[in-house]
Amino acid sequence: MGMTMTQKILAAHCGQETVKAGEFVEIDLDMVLGNDITTPVAIREFDKMGAKKVFDKEKIAIVLDHFSPNKDIKSAEQAKECRIFSNEYKIKHFYDVGQMGIEHALLPEKGIVVAGDTVIGADSHTCTYGALGAFSTGVGSTDMAAGMARGKVWIKIPSAIQVRLTGKPSSYVSGKDVILHLIGTIGVDGALYKSLEFTGEGVSALTMDDRFTIVNMVIEAGAKNGVFPVDNKTISYMTGRAEREWKIYEADRDAEYDETIEINLSELKLTVAFPHLPENIRIIDNVGDISIDQVVIGSCTNGRIDDMRVAAEILKGKKVHKSVRAIIIPATQEIYLQCIREGLTEIFIEAGAIVSTPTCGPCLGGYMGILAAGERVVSTTNRNFVGRMGHTASEIYLASPAIAAASAITGKISNPLIKEKQIDDSQR
Amino acid sequence: MIASGKVFKYGDNIDTDVIIPARYLNTANPKELAKYCMEDIDKSFVDKVREGDVIVAGKNFGCGSSREHAPIAIKASGISCVIASSYARIFYRNSFNIGLPIMESEEASEKIELNDDVSINFETGEIHNLTKNELYQAQPFPEFIQKIIEAGGLVGYVREELE
Repeated sequence: MGMTMTQKILAAHCGQETVKAGEFVEIDLDMVLGNDITTPVAIREFDKMGAKKVFDKEKIAIVLDHFSPNKDIKSAEQAKECRIFSNEYKIKHFYDVGQMGIEHALLPEKGIVVAGDTVIGADSHTCTYGALGAFSTGVGSTDMAAGMARGKVWIKIPSAIQVRLTGKPSSYVSGKDVILHLIGTIGVDGALYKSLEFTGEGVSALTMDDRFTIVNMVIEAGAKNGVFPVDNKTISYMTGRAEREWKIYEADRDAEYDETIEINLSELKLTVAFPHLPENIRIIDNVGDISIDQVVIGSCTNGRIDDMRVAAEILKGKKVHKSVRAIIIPATQEIYLQCIREGLTEIFIEAGAIVSTPTCGPCLGGYMGILAAGERVVSTTNRNFVGRMGHTASEIYLASPAIAAASAITGKISNPLIKEKQIDDSQR
Repeated sequence: MIASGKVFKYGDNIDTDVIIPARYLNTANPKELAKYCMEDIDKSFVDKVREGDVIVAGKNFGCGSSREHAPIAIKASGISCVIASSYARIFYRNSFNIGLPIMESEEASEKIELNDDVSINFETGEIHNLTKNELYQAQPFPEFIQKIIEAGGLVGYVREELE
């Protein structure tokens, strides 16, 4: 019986010819990641383990992105702990304010993770790097500590669900709609402990940014990891960025999957996830009349340049509705600079949106846009749990940057495709 | 080892954002975190919980963020064991790694009710509902995870290896 793409990567990293679903193995790690919330806990556990050195100072990344620039004294103390540790152990990939970006946008952009890698990160959205053809998964701080000390992690070999993509997405349909549709289909625990392996001719119709968005949210279906095959787009993305040589793994022809889900991208509609679970999806036509108070465009899910461009295309020459606060957060310094160079920042500010320095802030209810009781947000982020972005009586609607931008103009959840009349009316 | 206490009962998909909201993640101090445990789903939890009490929930317990602060907050609040019909994978790992006992049992998750008194035998996986006088059997742990439990969590496991 053949192996899945994930199993092939894991087998190569535990020195075995083959691995089987359900088997426990220890794998060698190419990168261990932490942020300003999870690293302080990891540092304490690292010390308790009696570790005196890190396994490889070039294979650890510490990114201060969640409450950075620091929102209060306590978060400043946590950032300081990360800074001291990184200096002491000469961590090569330590990113502080000025260089930092949202970790899962930053690491691929800097070429710190590449195809074929094994990556663990003390952040659940570490799964994002599967878009590059790597195995990557979220863990807790103690696993991060053990990873920093030993360069290894224990893993139960996952079985996989194959997601076969066909067709090409129509106008404004993006990676966000693909993943919300998938989570809506299989549920928030539909891929529990499993890999989601994306295959099929439809893969080539998706941009790298679409793929990052899709794999970023596989954790929202409970998956251990998600993975895309490596194609020309992946190679062209990594070329000029990659710090290390990449390695391409492919699923065996006779790989065994628990099930196969077919998604025809041509038939996919713009999709919104209603409160309070990402599986509560509705296509845009069935959303109804829902007024909103805030829009957030950003995060590790949708803060990349494709996302900024589509938001700018829709906001260009328009005004954000007077009852809406629109918060736009390019995910990294490079994306921020690109927004300025392409004139996107000007479009955003002229429309009445604000443009923030990179931060995870509002996505997890940290700062930079917390919701009051009864308020509603259309957010391009990844979770709409109770209280995630503020008061427990606030509501989060997850959607793509296209829907978020159109909604910012009209003041209610809107379809960017039929925006013209609504938007013109709202501008009067 | 045997744990026993009164039950706090919750539903499916209890996420780590309600177990410990991110607004409190500017500290990693267990006692501090315990003050806000379950705040966004059950405001009375921290006042009512007593040392040894047990959380019983439905499927996919601990879904969402990887914050280890979630099992840390539950453990520091005095909870001796969590029983659920299934767990989100990162929470599952984190619990073993930090030494919060968890059990997987669909039957127990279904039949145990709020305020029932239960006693749990960690060696045998037997869950005794003292209120209803019923016995449920939890799933046994894989051998590999058993080793981590015996070492007192991942810290102990790694320390033994580094020595």
